[in-house]
Amino acid sequence: MLQAGSAVRGLCKAIRPSAPIVKAADKAMAAHALPATLVLSRSQSNKPVVADNRVEVFVDDIPVMVEPGTTVLQAAAMAGVEIPRFCYHERLSVAGNCRMCLVEVEKAAKPVAACAMPVMKGWRIKTNSEMTRKAREGVMEFLLINHPLDCPICDQGGECDLQDQSMAFGSDRTRFLDPKRAVEDKNLGPLVKTIMTRCIHCTRCVRFASEVAGVEDLGTTGRGNSMEIGTYVEKMLLSELSGNVIDLCPVGALTSKPYSFSARPWELRRTDSIDVFDALGSNITVNHRTGEVLRILPKTNEDINEEWLADKARFACDGLKRQRLVAPMVKDSKGDLRPCEWEDALIVAATALQEANGSVAAVAGGQADAEALTALRDLVYRLGGQHVCTEEVFPDNGSGTDLRSNYLLNSSIAGMEEADLVVFIGTNPRYVVLVLPCMSPTPGAWCWCCLVCHQPQHLGDSSATVEQLCAGTHAFSSKLAAAKRPMIIVGQALLGQSQGGVLYAKICQLANKLRGSVEPSWRVLNVLHRVASQVAALDLGYKAGVAAVRQQKPKVLFLLGADEGAITRSDLPADTTVIYQGSHGDAGAAMADIVLPGATYTEKTATYVNTEGRAQTTLAAITPPGYAREDWKIIRAISEVLLCVFNVVAHEEPMNVMLQSVGAARVDGSAVLRPALLQLEDYYMTDVVSRASPTMAKCIAAVKKEKSNRYHSK
Amino acid sequence: MTTLSRILPSARGLLHKVSVNNVAVTAVAVRHNTTKTYGNLSDEDRIFTNLYGRHEWRLKGALARGDWYKTKEILLKGVDWILNEVKTSGLRGRGGAGFPTGMKWSFMNKPSDGRPKYLVVNADEGEPGTCKDREIMRHDPHKLVEGCLVAGRAMGARAAYIYIRGEFYNEASNMQVAINEAYKAGLIGKNACGSGYDFDVFMHRGAGAYICGEETALIESLEGKQGKPRLKPPFPADVGVFGCPTTVANVETVAVAPTICRRGGAWFASFGRTRNSGTKLFNISGHVNNPCTVEEEMSVPLRELIERHAGGIVGGWDNLLAVIPGGSSTPLIPKNVCEEAIMDFDGLVAVQSGLGTAALIVMNKQTDVIKAIARLMEFYKHESCGQCTPCREGVGWMYKILTRFVKGDAQPDEIDALWEVSKQVEGHTICALGDGAAWPAQGLIRHFRPVIEQRIADRDAAKAAAAN
Repeated sequence: MLQAGSAVRGLCKAIRPSAPIVKAADKAMAAHALPATLVLSRSQSNKPVVADNRVEVFVDDIPVMVEPGTTVLQAAAMAGVEIPRFCYHERLSVAGNCRMCLVEVEKAAKPVAACAMPVMKGWRIKTNSEMTRKAREGVMEFLLINHPLDCPICDQGGECDLQDQSMAFGSDRTRFLDPKRAVEDKNLGPLVKTIMTRCIHCTRCVRFASEVAGVEDLGTTGRGNSMEIGTYVEKMLLSELSGNVIDLCPVGALTSKPYSFSARPWELRRTDSIDVFDALGSNITVNHRTGEVLRILPKTNEDINEEWLADKARFACDGLKRQRLVAPMVKDSKGDLRPCEWEDALIVAATALQEANGSVAAVAGGQADAEALTALRDLVYRLGGQHVCTEEVFPDNGSGTDLRSNYLLNSSIAGMEEADLVVFIGTNPRYVVLVLPCMSPTPGAWCWCCLVCHQPQHLGDSSATVEQLCAGTHAFSSKLAAAKRPMIIVGQALLGQSQGGVLYAKICQLANKLRGSVEPSWRVLNVLHRVASQVAALDLGYKAGVAAVRQQKPKVLFLLGADEGAITRSDLPADTTVIYQGSHGDAGAAMADIVLPGATYTEKTATYVNTEGRAQTTLAAITPPGYAREDWKIIRAISEVLLCVFNVVAHEEPMNVMLQSVGAARVDGSAVLRPALLQLEDYYMTDVVSRASPTMAKCIAAVKKEKSNRYHSK
Repeated sequence: MTTLSRILPSARGLLHKVSVNNVAVTAVAVRHNTTKTYGNLSDEDRIFTNLYGRHEWRLKGALARGDWYKTKEILLKGVDWILNEVKTSGLRGRGGAGFPTGMKWSFMNKPSDGRPKYLVVNADEGEPGTCKDREIMRHDPHKLVEGCLVAGRAMGARAAYIYIRGEFYNEASNMQVAINEAYKAGLIGKNACGSGYDFDVFMHRGAGAYICGEETALIESLEGKQGKPRLKPPFPADVGVFGCPTTVANVETVAVAPTICRRGGAWFASFGRTRNSGTKLFNISGHVNNPCTVEEEMSVPLRELIERHAGGIVGGWDNLLAVIPGGSSTPLIPKNVCEEAIMDFDGLVAVQSGLGTAALIVMNKQTDVIKAIARLMEFYKHESCGQCTPCREGVGWMYKILTRFVKGDAQPDEIDALWEVSKQVEGHTICALGDGAAWPAQGLIRHFRPVIEQRIADRDAAKAAAAN
């Protein structure tokens, strides 16, 4: 279920030279064309016994107690002294090549690179001495001699480390009289713009690509003054995390192509928010100006996305401006949707709902917020409707979605660092939830991306493999049983298929069995969702899947941002009135009789619950375009028209719990577990916003073109 | 052990000296007669007895010259004995830095954590002016193979990797033949020399980058990566090649180890001044009548070395302008300093230079010294790996300034700027290439500042004249 090519490329390597080089696993992986179940294991990380073996060092005469092995830079940070740096980044390996962090240590003949040098007991670090100052000034002068003076036309201007630090530590004049170096720009694809003359060779992007994104595409060629950062041969940076190199670049060498020449940082207003393109709930900062979202940047959240962001979340924001529904629409006598006033649309919708006599159902899409979901659920139940559903499927046998732990990533995202064995079933985490962190066995070496553990093993690509695992007859079962903190992560390719319920129940049983041998607080079973709304919807009592709606054939169907084609016109009787409420004119609006324009996540303050069950709130950065309104307000307005009173206790829907004997159920062994997103080009367009995004369209075209490049490794 | 190989060249050198520069010969003679002097190494005391390739270089010839003689006994005497002999000998690393060899090798004898240990022999001899290791490898390869075994035993190494520069095709070829012969004769490999010690020797050819002579860059290159120096710590003795404890040693250092063990550390220490003991291969190139590589006693006076072995300066001693005494990285010293300079570590530090690889580059008064240093800077600019800022940017900058100095196309205050730039590079880089690039420029300014100033003034005058 996991595509081999992407999986192998995603593997992290031991970063430190001390770790043995494991290559066999890579080769074993490459042999499989279409692995189904991928197992990642890593050696047990034994946490050091807490003992106070800390050493005392002095930073500018401030005493600090630090753990042995702490670097000078970290010790200084503890003392509240910031040492300037370019190449150092706390989430990447230490390169020590910019030399900006040189500081004097008393009794040392030469200044030391603070980012790489571990402190010794009693060291006196002088971050403001003459020697330190001269070293910094010298390095700054060197960095600037070949750096173009094009700050006025540079997109990094105003948020440039080099600019800031040259103001703080540099000289006010140059002694360099010779011509500057010029470097040819590279073509890294439609997202990352390069102006390589500005590059200061910090290699942050190279280290990010190989250590975090798991692609070895970036590197250095040439020596000395003619060293260049690039892709060796002209090729695209084929990674779904490529946008992060823009943030990492301390200068304007790598900037955002879609955002180029759009705005200056001081013109932007920033609103913290939550990303809704996947179920991770990455924290973001929406940068906007005069009612327009210009770019989206990640916001640090150590428990979720650290400080990375996937390309779709970062670059699909231009889709927020296109294909938008800007006015309510109602079908006229000819069957064409005509824009109308809100009043008319609400009356038509309310009338249809009232006349349905309780034959009302609702289907929610992947980006619906919890407030709108609540309002819609209450409206439907109040009208006597039975079915509120989500487009995304989840098995309803066994205890189904009654137990919250059945549909959450129980171990939490940050908790994955603790796991010593991870089994992915029916999901390609690389494209489903991009920045799923995991810690590699080497202490201190952080790795990101989906496949970050060591020695991945392909178990199989059919449901038979899952059955064997559950029955304990698979060759891997003993390893799984021996693991101290195993994680089983189940994805949509298993949950969504016809046999999904039975298989999922078996996996639940396996997880329960494994829990017997692990520490009581450890959770084995985890579900990795695809869409942002799913956990909140299930929490609110929505039924996963639209089968009930198909059966019921309601007179009025309310689609709340449901555009993925789970239910189509052909599933419904001809006289069914379809009300579509959503932000974009996509599949849902096309089949609707009444269209109510809603807001996107950047335009409303709303709650989303991520795959680990963490509720987070988006903040409205801008106002919805035209007559579009926040979603819960629209539903609220309909109920006002319907003269409903909401604060009455809603109907309790009896849960259809099927107490089925799982052990006796048989599974067709030929079912193939194949995640929908296997290739990079599959990744870019998965929802209404990204489908409307020209940048995402360019990405798909570029990736497809890149695959015909003769340098593309299959 | 004795050989006649040195007699002919010495005699020829002497003839030259006599014919070209009588004054010099007299001066040397006086020095010998008065105080304790060094130099004039006798043939019995030479370690490299086939330096000139007059004899068979294969195993047969090596055995005839005393190589592999009682190697088993040396190995069986154990680690401590070998280390003690090397420490007693006072041998300092012959690759340039001059770190005490016995101490360096003893760093490897920490309690094992299960990782294998490796000896890496640095045969990437790339320092301009230096051509000592190649003579060992093409004419006396068994010295190095035996040295690997002895040094490897001293540090408990599982194997030795000889990283040889790619341009040394014939040397690599001869080395490989010698290794094959040694394997065949049971001298290395399983149960090497019958000592019960298993030891392998591998050759690895580089691709011709100067920076790969830096020990951590060499390790990177050996691992198949770009030759870019690593940050230290961790030092190679902790984390070296393939993540295992490693010692990187120069060819000459390793090759003299068996002889030291056979003849005793005290014998080796009897040559040269304290802390600078031993014999050493000196390379003399440039404007001398007889450029040569010669094994000589440490602490030999620079002038005697040139006059005795290299046949004196072209145009006579008074025609000497300057000497770069230790390979291109060391600052040059002008004639007046050369008069009294002593060729050892301390003697050359005393004159603000260094012994380096003991490769003398001699320049007589027909040399454009600015152009010579500019050419060296071009070399460093070309060979800088580009990893760290001061070296990448600074060396290129120094080259640009020096290129203009050659024509005098500069302002006089740029001499100070060059000095400061070189100081901004020195000591601020990851590896020593930055230092090595900065020192020649510093030497030039230290001793030839008036020449640069004159050149600038001449050009200004010529321009003014042309304008009128």
